[in-house]
Amino acid sequence: MHFFYHAGRYFSLLTKVFSKPERHKVYVKRLFSEIDALGVNTVGLVVIISIFMGGIITLQVAYNMQNPFLPSYLIGLGNRDTLILEFSSTILGLILAGKIGSNITSEIGSMRVTEQIDSLEIMGVNPASYLILPKIVAVVFIFPFLYVISVFFGLIGGLLVGPGVGAITAAEYLNGVQYLFNPHYVGFSMVKSLVFGFLVSSIPAYFGYFVEGGAFEVGAASTRAVVTTNILILIWDLILTQLLM
Amino acid sequence: MIRVENIIKSFDSKMVLKGITTEFQKGQTNLIIGRSGSGKTVLLKSIVGLHEVDQGEIYYDDRNFTRMKMKERKRLRQEMGMVFQGGALFDSLTVAENVRFPMDMFTNQTAKEKEERVAYCLDRVNIKPEAFRLSPAEISGGMQKRVAIARAIVLNPKYLFCDEPNSGLDPETSLVIDSLIHDLTVDLNMTTIINTHDMNSVMEIGDKILFISEGEMGWIGSKSEILHAKNKKLEEFVFANRQYKEMRDARIENGS
Repeated sequence: MHFFYHAGRYFSLLTKVFSKPERHKVYVKRLFSEIDALGVNTVGLVVIISIFMGGIITLQVAYNMQNPFLPSYLIGLGNRDTLILEFSSTILGLILAGKIGSNITSEIGSMRVTEQIDSLEIMGVNPASYLILPKIVAVVFIFPFLYVISVFFGLIGGLLVGPGVGAITAAEYLNGVQYLFNPHYVGFSMVKSLVFGFLVSSIPAYFGYFVEGGAFEVGAASTRAVVTTNILILIWDLILTQLLM
Repeated sequence: MIRVENIIKSFDSKMVLKGITTEFQKGQTNLIIGRSGSGKTVLLKSIVGLHEVDQGEIYYDDRNFTRMKMKERKRLRQEMGMVFQGGALFDSLTVAENVRFPMDMFTNQTAKEKEERVAYCLDRVNIKPEAFRLSPAEISGGMQKRVAIARAIVLNPKYLFCDEPNSGLDPETSLVIDSLIHDLTVDLNMTTIINTHDMNSVMEIGDKILFISEGEMGWIGSKSEILHAKNKKLEEFVFANRQYKEMRDARIENGS
């Protein structure tokens, strides 16, 4: 019953979010500021995580492939496919649910408990649309870019670490990265990143929008939002993998 | 003018408003007073539509608010201004941007016109131009309330609502806020409803006072009548402040 209550309220909120904006110009301005706050400010984190994870995946694959019958360029291929298929879409989605998701819940939740959302409503503004729509559009828009950045820097991480520790030569690694490349994997992961972008923005927005109480409840709502988003990302990863692969 | 008829509102099984009927006149400061938990905030939030009433009707100059569709309500809300207890200014905007916000959303005025209007409204509430670019976190509680009032009046509302405008303010600043709201009400000929438990406000600006006790109408009158009202619960509320008890006793002694 609890699940249906939240699901119903979530979809009811989404109908308000996607209703016609009062003033397009104001929304566009907000959209750019959200792209900057939620997307551009996340690039640094994505780059750091991806470089390290690319290096670590390369090392793990290399340590598990110490068989003379297996060509070493497979290390590059292993890193590439892991990044493209799972890390840069799903794992990054889980990580960004923590950064972006908790940011969205705490911002909207604080606005709720300090009556700023009521204030918007009294002015005749649709608060759900004004506050949440630019965030959803910004995050869904930025996620594919973050995905591409993550794959790129993950591969760079492998290129730095693999040859750096002597597990593989740079030429073999690059050969493996280009070997048997399947563009469908990228398309599939792009679709996943769009879905995860929607989840990472809309679920935390829901938890923030309906928070009741004070600072303690906003913190608790942030935690619930991140946990719920993570679970839903994993469920949708399973569904999309079954549907699209 | 705002008229409420037999408003009933419950939360779960607890009935908070038990059939309130009254009128709030134009050009007057109408005060809703009562103890904490008496239902005055619920009444104010029901009047503005932040709570949906279970029963009863609310009229804004004969327009039935309770039966309006969402679009009609949104249109009517552009005629309202509200000052919340904590100010409810948008943290991400500066003082001037907060006041300009309703104009950005609902008018087609030029940037210059908006700038002039913002400056006028902020001047009206005694905010100096040096503060225009500050964020709400950088100004005092009293200034935040005044900026909230400026934002509430920027679109020349017909109806002004204030939820405990003096809470957390010192007595001197409270007096400034009270007289500001009163003067604006008279000058702009608004219907103003203020929710308060501050007896100083009651005695300063209470053109009409509605006392609520346990969700029911306890007493209606004006500031000149309240010290002599024959209502036990109202007396307990008013004379909890010794100053007013002494004032009443002095008047009785003087025979006035």
